[in-house]
Amino acid sequence: MKRLTNTSRFVIAGLVVALAFAFFVSPYASSSPDGLEKVSQQEGFDSTARDHALADGPLADYSARGIDNEGLSTGLAGVAGVALCFGLGAGLVLIVRRLRPTAAAPT
Amino acid sequence: MHIPDGFIDGPTSLAGGVAAVGLVAASARKAAEGLEDRRVPLAGLTAAFIFAMQMLNFPVANGTSGHLLGGCLAAILVGPWIGSLSMTVVFIVQALVFADGGLSALGLNIILMGFVPCFGGYAVFALLRKILPDTRQAVAGASAVSAWTGVVMAAVVFTAYYAIGGTGDASVTAVGGAVIGVHLLIGIGEAVITGLTVSAVLASRPDLVYGAASMYEQQQPVARPAQAVR
Repeated sequence: MKRLTNTSRFVIAGLVVALAFAFFVSPYASSSPDGLEKVSQQEGFDSTARDHALADGPLADYSARGIDNEGLSTGLAGVAGVALCFGLGAGLVLIVRRLRPTAAAPT
Repeated sequence: MHIPDGFIDGPTSLAGGVAAVGLVAASARKAAEGLEDRRVPLAGLTAAFIFAMQMLNFPVANGTSGHLLGGCLAAILVGPWIGSLSMTVVFIVQALVFADGGLSALGLNIILMGFVPCFGGYAVFALLRKILPDTRQAVAGASAVSAWTGVVMAAVVFTAYYAIGGTGDASVTAVGGAVIGVHLLIGIGEAVITGLTVSAVLASRPDLVYGAASMYEQQQPVARPAQAVR
């Protein structure tokens, strides 16, 4: 299983890895403020941040609404995000491929 | 490192939005040139993997955490043009679905954590590849160093945003010093994750690593029929 022989198999294996990180590992991520957030607190400009307009969304702040178990809620949000990013990422590039210049296309 | 609404003023955020649209359009045009079909699912996988890794905040000094930005990693895996499109997808999903990163700051964030490491970090990677030998270890090492540099570049760009349109009262020097300082540390995590990921992909499918393509250049023109036979 060390050498994968075709691209779809590689993509599936990669997705399994991403889903595993998103579901099993993300509940254990540090909840400390990130570098920028921490600096904004130390330098006293964190209060300039406004509430996010979509803060009430069903997956806002990486937790699935209605799931009481915190770890599960984060993990499910992660799985949804991985699926969305895969679909939209591949979809966007699929559209971009249509832009592929033909021989006569201007630069 | 996601900028929320309000940190940076309206005009600067709007300018960032306009600039991001232009950059995405330029990347899309360049990515379309010679785009191989197999890169389509790989672009999706890159976005998916980076989204997952961005969720994994790791602790750095004094109650602060950091997470992978991934722009440099994306550029090494699928090239800076497709990579910057994958990164753009991640930031749009985060802002619209996960309320992470302000809506008004979306353009600023796409440039800061997407285009800056995708192109700035990748430029360092390309330079290192010219100096270092064509071995898996050297490519992984170059990936790690350029990923760290990409994060520090992003911290410098945030400082520029703050200098232009920061709404806080703190001085640019204080904010810049602190943001760059903490990202010198966060960049180490970025370097480790990027180096390990590139190394793992090189071990399983070296031909899929855009940044190592020159190692397999000779096979390229006849790659398709040869692989089909094998």
